Amino acid sequence: MPQVRRALKDVLAGGTFIVFGLGFAAGSLTYDLGTPVRMGPGYLPLILGLALTGLGVLVIAKGFIADEGEPIGGVDLRAIILVSAALLFFGLTVRGLGVVGALFGASLLAALARSQTSPREALVIAVGLTVLSVVIFIVALQLRLPLVGSWIPL
Amino acid sequence: MELFDNLGLGLETALRVENLLYCLIGVALGTAVGVLPGIGPTATIALLLPITFNFEPVSALIMLAGIYYGAQYGGSTTAILINLPGETSAAVTAIDGHEMAKNGRAGPALATAAIGSFFAGSVATIVVVLFAPPLAAVALTFGSPEFFSLVVLGLVASIALARGSTVKALAMIVLGLLLGTVGADTLGSGTPRFTFGVRELFDGINFVSVAVGMFGIAEILRNLEDEKTRKLVTGTISSLWPTREDFRRMVGPIVRGTVIGSGLGFLPGAGHVLASFGSYSIEKRLSKRKEEFGHGAIEGVAGPESANNAAAQTSFIPLLTLGLPAHPVMALMIGAFIIHGIVPGPSVIEDEPALFWGLIVSMWIGNLFLVLLNLPLIGIWVKMLTIPYKMLFPAIIAFSAIGTFSLGLNAWNVFMIAFFGILGYGLIKLGCEPAPLLLGFVLGPLLEDHLRRALIISRGDLSIFISTPVSAVLLVMAAAAIAISVLPAIRRKREVVFKEEEV
Repeated sequence: MPQVRRALKDVLAGGTFIVFGLGFAAGSLTYDLGTPVRMGPGYLPLILGLALTGLGVLVIAKGFIADEGEPIGGVDLRAIILVSAALLFFGLTVRGLGVVGALFGASLLAALARSQTSPREALVIAVGLTVLSVVIFIVALQLRLPLVGSWIPL
Repeated sequence: MELFDNLGLGLETALRVENLLYCLIGVALGTAVGVLPGIGPTATIALLLPITFNFEPVSALIMLAGIYYGAQYGGSTTAILINLPGETSAAVTAIDGHEMAKNGRAGPALATAAIGSFFAGSVATIVVVLFAPPLAAVALTFGSPEFFSLVVLGLVASIALARGSTVKALAMIVLGLLLGTVGADTLGSGTPRFTFGVRELFDGINFVSVAVGMFGIAEILRNLEDEKTRKLVTGTISSLWPTREDFRRMVGPIVRGTVIGSGLGFLPGAGHVLASFGSYSIEKRLSKRKEEFGHGAIEGVAGPESANNAAAQTSFIPLLTLGLPAHPVMALMIGAFIIHGIVPGPSVIEDEPALFWGLIVSMWIGNLFLVLLNLPLIGIWVKMLTIPYKMLFPAIIAFSAIGTFSLGLNAWNVFMIAFFGILGYGLIKLGCEPAPLLLGFVLGPLLEDHLRRALIISRGDLSIFISTPVSAVLLVMAAAAIAISVLPAIRRKREVVFKEEEV
């Protein structure tokens, strides 16, 4: 259906809102709703969740009536995966490897997210960035983070 | 006179050596991020928040404010030299500023921007001094129903002036409000909400992670999609000083731009963007040399630059007096206040006079620093433009990771950047602007708290929001803002304004 393709952007946006809206609404039912006089923890999230679902439906409906016309464009999967991997790597290893190891790995993964960067260049960038970050955050700003983590026996 | 006493207190605070130093660091960092592509003031301020934790509150706020207006300034440098506005509000400057640079007049263009910004910043500082105290006095009489409606108006008004679909922006606000409920319900029962049993989320999602993800990481993902080649116009900055004729031509635009900017800065949303665009179109209409516009008219640099700098300054008024952020950067400033245990709002002026007046006076000093930093040292900033993006973006990612982790040594802060980076990237691609989400996220707890209190006062009767006169007026204004933004005629006008912005 060509019409669906034209409205795809709005359908996806609206769909995202509906998923979040229903998710929050369903979740809020597991908490005490309370009464308007004594609002429980689930009261506002339920209302907002339903409102978001409604707005999501509106976004989709509007997409079929008057689409924005601009295509979504391509998605750089390599960048998304490697940038997230860099952040996850840092979060998972910063305690175990320490700041130096976690920073090096994260910088290397991040630098590789740009497809035109060669592995050699990425290695150089990662080494430079690790040194720079340690100087800025540990030496200059005195953040109390372990340089070497518990996984590495010294 | 009380006003002079207050200004005296402000001067005393702002002129303390450490505060002068933080102000200088702030504007220098701000200029740097304004010049560098791919990282804006929102992400930078978010990243630096954890570091300011150990500062005195007034020093922290002086530095963060400096980053904000320094970035407005740096954005115009890149607009003039490489036709790439570092900041959205500098887009208008690029039209004539870059033409001037191509004609070999980059120096006078930069000087005009500097002079205009300094004049506008000085006048706008006085506007803040004059208007903030009376507004705060009014707001002090507000109760929970009024504050609830004020927050609603602030949220809704921020989208009426933004670009793109109103329905999507509304949805983004609601999504932000919902994400703001994650964590222990501290004001009510203490029940942990939507934490999936993750202990690290009991304190809620850290707003630094939300801001860095939505504005820093999402922007990187977008830039990696297609890398723009940057062409630098250099070697042409021979003489900085404008000619006598230039001076004569820039006076009118600077004064008019300052007035427009000071007025529009109060407005939530894209007040400073509207200000620079409005100033440009007025100068074009008033000019006897319309044909020069678009080909290097000095008026086209002087007016918008003054307007956007004045607006940047006066946008502090709603923050300092009502505790309402006009845009994402101001939302982060709220976070900075809260980190230091100060509730932003009308009582700041009474409870923390040294902080309030010191911050205001520091803005004027910061503007002076900007002129000194930018004109003689323009060569350094030009050098920064040559840092290749392949080195810049991994640095932003590494700094984001280490900066957010240092907030309570919580690895979930880092995971959340990745989550919000991908969510933000996806939503931006689908035509949803990230700013309303951040505003909703920051104001969510405030909204819930005032709703709860108001309903306790009224014994659960929702009509309290309409029977309280001030609250009713605020809600009517909010409804009008939505109605206006969906009216077809205004919609088209908005499209024009924001299309122009993307030039």
